[in-house]
Amino acid sequence: MERGAATASLAGLKARIARIGGSGKARGTVLPFGISEIDRRLPGGGVSFGALHEIVGSGLGAMHGAAAALFVAGVLARTKGPVLWCLNTHDLFAPALSSVGLHPDRVIYAEPDDEKTVLFCMEEGLRHAGLAGVVGEVSRLSMTASRRLQLAAEASGVIAFVIRHWRNAAAADAFRQLTAATTRWRITAAPSSPLPVAGIGRPRWLVALIRSRAGECGEWEVEACDAQDRLALPADLADRSAQAEDGRRSAAA
Amino acid sequence: MGDAAPPPERPLVIAARDGRRRIVAAADRAALALGVRPGLTLTQARVRVPGLRIEAADPAADAEALGRLAAWALRRYSPLVALDPPDGLLIDVTGATHLFGGETPLLEDIRARLAAACIGARIGLADTVGAAHALARFAPGPLTVAAVGGVNSALAPLPIAALRLDPECVDRLRRLGFETIAELEAVPRAPMALRFGAEPGYRLDQAFGRVAEPIEPIGPPGTIHVRQAFAEPISAPETLAHSIGRLVAALCPLLEAQGLGARRLDLLFHRVDSDVQAIRVGMANPVRDVRHLARLLTDGLETVDPGFGVEVMTLAAPIAEPMPYRQRAMLHEDEASGLSALIDTLANRIGADKLYRAASVESDLPERSVKIIAPLDPPTGRDWPKHWPRPSRLLSPPEPVETLALLPDHPPVHFTWRGVRRHVKRADGPERVFGEWWKRDEELVAVRDYFRIEDESGERFWIYRAGDGENAATGSQRWFLHGIFG
Repeated sequence: MERGAATASLAGLKARIARIGGSGKARGTVLPFGISEIDRRLPGGGVSFGALHEIVGSGLGAMHGAAAALFVAGVLARTKGPVLWCLNTHDLFAPALSSVGLHPDRVIYAEPDDEKTVLFCMEEGLRHAGLAGVVGEVSRLSMTASRRLQLAAEASGVIAFVIRHWRNAAAADAFRQLTAATTRWRITAAPSSPLPVAGIGRPRWLVALIRSRAGECGEWEVEACDAQDRLALPADLADRSAQAEDGRRSAAA
Repeated sequence: MGDAAPPPERPLVIAARDGRRRIVAAADRAALALGVRPGLTLTQARVRVPGLRIEAADPAADAEALGRLAAWALRRYSPLVALDPPDGLLIDVTGATHLFGGETPLLEDIRARLAAACIGARIGLADTVGAAHALARFAPGPLTVAAVGGVNSALAPLPIAALRLDPECVDRLRRLGFETIAELEAVPRAPMALRFGAEPGYRLDQAFGRVAEPIEPIGPPGTIHVRQAFAEPISAPETLAHSIGRLVAALCPLLEAQGLGARRLDLLFHRVDSDVQAIRVGMANPVRDVRHLARLLTDGLETVDPGFGVEVMTLAAPIAEPMPYRQRAMLHEDEASGLSALIDTLANRIGADKLYRAASVESDLPERSVKIIAPLDPPTGRDWPKHWPRPSRLLSPPEPVETLALLPDHPPVHFTWRGVRRHVKRADGPERVFGEWWKRDEELVAVRDYFRIEDESGERFWIYRAGDGENAATGSQRWFLHGIFG
């Protein structure tokens, strides 16, 4: 009984803090993954609207951001409305985005010449509440730049993603800098689901939430987005990865 | 010219009076080929070419036609267009090239459109009026662009006649052995001024940009425009931005009265030193929203140098299109019009060609299966077929890789890309893609075999072999990496 009252007052306090700290009209609305193992770690139970999320790859993905782009497209596929995708490299292949459910009619590409203008385009798009989401691909993201994006996203309630990838190892150092992004994810390509015959099964990713404001971190091995834009926990691994997480958490505590 | 135009194969000259003689003022291509040059007396020309067609010169009509051409250039290319009689136009393309994707595409566009109207044109582009004038008339090619800061090297080999001196002066200089501008530029100025007056030195200075040469832009003919003069010259950015707001607020009711929306706006800043600076913005859809237009113009303000101050600002809408009246949504902003405001802002900053949507094309070749359409085009509703997975990053061009593979149908055992050797753990394929024989002859038998492969760490790649692995005619049988899956 006493414990129930404590929980209720805690929830009330949390709501009050959210009201004081929250400036965005869309704050509190989130987009769940539909995988309880991931969603319960995220504040609010999903990827929050009106916030900046940072996605990086590792290994080869750090240079090309192939899995990161699909991860972002898969999240945006579950929203409605146009998406602005800003990049200054001409290597994104639109049919792949469509294969995870992001229809080509929804995506407007902006391809300026330099990264500074990519950030300008993102910020301009984020001021525009009619968009479902804004994506930018850059190698460097300073604290100031990310703060601007985060504030613009908070004001309009538009979800923002920055895909970080770099062309050479030297630029990777810039990644160690802190940014104002609400979450930071690392998406790594993992060996695909085994098939009984020769061939490549459903692709898998190692999805790591490596920074989360007011939330916990975690790492999961998931099956990549399919045409229904859903991630899934692999059946044969579901138990094991949950255990691995618990071990990690206790080690960190 | 329409139906009244004479057949092009019959030689035509334009006759003018020179004192008491009638001479050839201009000749068409057919007449020039037969040896009739401007300056020849009409009698001599008639003797050389029997059946020569002769039209009397009409300078007034020429000037009027030039004015019409200038108005067209003003509407299409740049807010700053001046007449350069008798046969030239000066177009200041500063800040207007991004709408066409660069300087050379803009010039190509001018030339192609004039050619379509049967007007032969020679075009020069340079940092100064004098140099552009000279390049257009005396450069070897019909279309010459002097690089920024490259006026000196571009002008040096041109003849001195390119300097806009009077013919008598050119004649006297030539008699002394001066042929090119470089030679004239090299001699000391004082003795030259003593002998030929200030004119050659002044023209040289103009051509090389050592003295300013403001152009007198023609006014917008018959377009909706507003003008504001200031009692004191203004130059502070905030003041300029404030004035932009007032001009736009004055223009929009004029547009509304005629049921129009602006597709293009030209804002001219007339400076106290009689220089004119301009901002030109384009809109994807007709617009007469004060806030939207003021925002677009204010964004362009950083390119404007107010110098010692601006005394007059004019705002014109050279392209305005009918815009239906619409009831404004009561509670929330109209989404489509909001999106077009965003597109306009971005397009004016990064260029309209850098903003696009991808649409599907029915082609098996991956690099041809995507086409680019304008961001605000109506939805196509079409999608790519989903039976084969496609990589999220496509390398362009495909990069050659070293492989070891069994022929003809097996995926590689390992491959080396960018110096890293990767063992193939799993593979899918081949997906055979045939060349599009209706596009090029070489593609008649060309074949690509695509494989999706996965290495030990789980990275997935898209590689192909050019050729079917058996027949040498189908391709080089070399392996390429074309894309990376997530």
